[in-house]
Amino acid sequence: MYDVIVIGAGPAGVNAAIEADNLGYSVLIIDEQGSAGGQVWRNKSSSIIDAPKTETSIKGNALRDALMSSNVSVKYEARVWHIEKCDTIWNIHIENDVLTSKNLIIATGAYERIIPIPGWTLPGVIGLAGATALFKEHMMVPGHKTVVAGSGPLLFYVANEIERLGGTVEAIVSLNSRFDWLKSLLIMITQPILLWQGFKWVTAFYKKTIWQSAPIKFEGADHIELVKIKKVDDDWKPIGKEQILEADSVCYGQGLIPAIEASRLAGAEHHYDETLGGWVPTIDDMGRTSIEGLFVCGDNAGILGALAAPIRGKNAAQAINKNGVVYDIGKFERFGKAMTALSIPRAGLLNLIDTDTDVCRCEGVTRKEIEHEIITGAQSPNAIKSGTRCGMGPCGGRFCADAQAMINEHVTGKTREDIGLPTARPPLRPMPMDQITEELNYDDLPIPGVSPL
Amino acid sequence: MTNTYDIAIIGGGIMGCGAALRIKEGGMDPVVIDQGDIGQGASGVNAGTLSMQIKRVKLMPYAIKGHHEWQLMGEKVGFKKTGGLTLAFNDREAELLQERMTMKRDAGADITFVNPKKVEEIEPHLAKKIVAASFCPDDGYANSSLSGQYYRGRLTDENIDTIERFQVSEININSNGYEISSGDQVIKATRILIACGGLTKHVAAMLGEDLPIRARINTVSVTERAPRIMNGVIGHATGLLTMKQKDNGTVLIGGGWQGKGTPEEGRGAINPETLLPNLQLAQFAVPTLSKVRVVRSWTGFEANVPDFYPLAGRLGEKDNAYILGCVRGGYTIGPYISKLMGDLILGREPEMPLFDPNRVFNEDKLI
Repeated sequence: MYDVIVIGAGPAGVNAAIEADNLGYSVLIIDEQGSAGGQVWRNKSSSIIDAPKTETSIKGNALRDALMSSNVSVKYEARVWHIEKCDTIWNIHIENDVLTSKNLIIATGAYERIIPIPGWTLPGVIGLAGATALFKEHMMVPGHKTVVAGSGPLLFYVANEIERLGGTVEAIVSLNSRFDWLKSLLIMITQPILLWQGFKWVTAFYKKTIWQSAPIKFEGADHIELVKIKKVDDDWKPIGKEQILEADSVCYGQGLIPAIEASRLAGAEHHYDETLGGWVPTIDDMGRTSIEGLFVCGDNAGILGALAAPIRGKNAAQAINKNGVVYDIGKFERFGKAMTALSIPRAGLLNLIDTDTDVCRCEGVTRKEIEHEIITGAQSPNAIKSGTRCGMGPCGGRFCADAQAMINEHVTGKTREDIGLPTARPPLRPMPMDQITEELNYDDLPIPGVSPL
Repeated sequence: MTNTYDIAIIGGGIMGCGAALRIKEGGMDPVVIDQGDIGQGASGVNAGTLSMQIKRVKLMPYAIKGHHEWQLMGEKVGFKKTGGLTLAFNDREAELLQERMTMKRDAGADITFVNPKKVEEIEPHLAKKIVAASFCPDDGYANSSLSGQYYRGRLTDENIDTIERFQVSEININSNGYEISSGDQVIKATRILIACGGLTKHVAAMLGEDLPIRARINTVSVTERAPRIMNGVIGHATGLLTMKQKDNGTVLIGGGWQGKGTPEEGRGAINPETLLPNLQLAQFAVPTLSKVRVVRSWTGFEANVPDFYPLAGRLGEKDNAYILGCVRGGYTIGPYISKLMGDLILGREPEMPLFDPNRVFNEDKLI
């Protein structure tokens, strides 16, 4: 039994764990990766012996060193598949083991929002955040001629990394306008180093950037070959003439969505806040949720990015004690929100989702099928899912839930809050049966009673 | 002016919707009320097994009729008649199987006993540890996920009003009938039918009736799509396992293992202490399942009274109040017994007897 279990060893989780350790609690941190760092400070693959230092590798290594020199117990390559609170104790189920703690801090980060457009499932089209994992862990580029498309700051980071690692950026297709960025600059001034870095990236790719535009279709026989793009209006509705770009790879995404499956399964209240990336746990300024002994920090508590994450982590650990110290997150929060604001979906985006495009890639459910289900009376995400299978596949709805809700919002005029979320159920990740169960000794099978005859 | 319906049906599951359709057909104007979505409670989350071998002896005639109703609904509800095996892995279970299946056969189910060699022909992926088995060619399943879509469509086609997301907070009786409230919203009806599954006790109590209803919390799991590893429905002599692989390759695993929670609190939660033995038993029966990933496990409520027979009839001494629920094997039997219930409400003589909710309940303990 630990005082504290932390799920997720990114910058928020690790800082929460170290802070809790400093406060004298016994702490265990769990992550599904092989080492700490999360997505943003992801460790290099062990097959890479030497690599030039980067901002992320320096910060990531510092984080891993700090964790190593603390008393925090670590469990890597462990997948949490169920979370339950029994009386005052948290039971955390990983593979075929149960870990227990008095307090639980969830720091599961984010995943990316990808607006489904025709061809989005073609091989060679990958997510923007997915691409950063390739760079950080394997120092690989996605192809020789890459189009980087979508919204937010990740576009420029990805483009820069591709060229640093020897690839070629064909173009950056940015939903955001220059004016969107100019507005954010005012807030970026609080972060001069990042502002300078951002300035360098934007100027480096200025000529290659096609502003206020979006891909409307990815084409290719069995691999991406062409990217068709259009200008968008201020509502991000595609307008005007089509332009065609050649590419052998595309990095594509519209910002990040908080990964809330774990906090939902743990029973916390959530609400919708587009300025934080979507549905988020309802928390106080330190990360206390509606459930006693449950705390959240990092991007899963609302997308504020890697700068805010360490402080949010420390606050979550402090929150365990009623009189804990609050670290000020002010300027990081403003900065994080400014970056998140660049990716708040606008209504016109829906025009990119063609009626015959698969919104749910696991189950092959199109926009048309989802709309039909809603029009014929399916009111909730559960009802839409049951009728169409949208979200029933292995991804558990991570990739389609947001687009499905956007479609619902459009058809019914309801708010995202009113539309709600489907029921949270385990396992948090698909689990091979023999990994979560021991082999059965048949005579030990608990037989509660035979059904009445 | 608010409309006064001929009957308000509380609960938009198979029972409530089935009764509504029959009642409308008979000339009355019903309204179907649900706290959530139509067909998304137990009707929408159960394992969908349509097996004669797991039906109670006395309910067999109802199950056979119910099975026929599902067959008529066909593709729209994902109906499949695949045949099904019930397995015994030791002598005790073999004895149990022999006794129980003989009685079920005598009650009208087409059940035969099959030897292990025949079992292997029917289901080549089963563990070679089977001591005895029975087979019923009529067994199969429907896709319970489609209950909502199907019944919503039927109610719309028949112009039956539905009110979803209506959480009944109070029911008042006056000389004109019933006033059913949810906050400020009021629905008026001459008659009332309570058919809301796990919440039946809760709603009956609003009419002053205390029924000895308990809710079971059944667990179901589904896997990712897998290559073909089973052809029909697979059950266990104790009833603690039901499995079937859908056309899309996913395998549904049930068996009535008990989760946590109450219908009043929400949708319930799985209990790892029962989920894991359920999955162990599934792998024991079909070892190839071990490498297949579980994608989702969930729970649904099943209401019961102590004798495990249905509540289907007039509620207490009241005029025009009815109850329908607690049907063991309710998914299979629902489309039929709801018709009988509709007939009773319409003043017709039901084709088969119903089950008086005001009876004295004898405890039928689980063996």
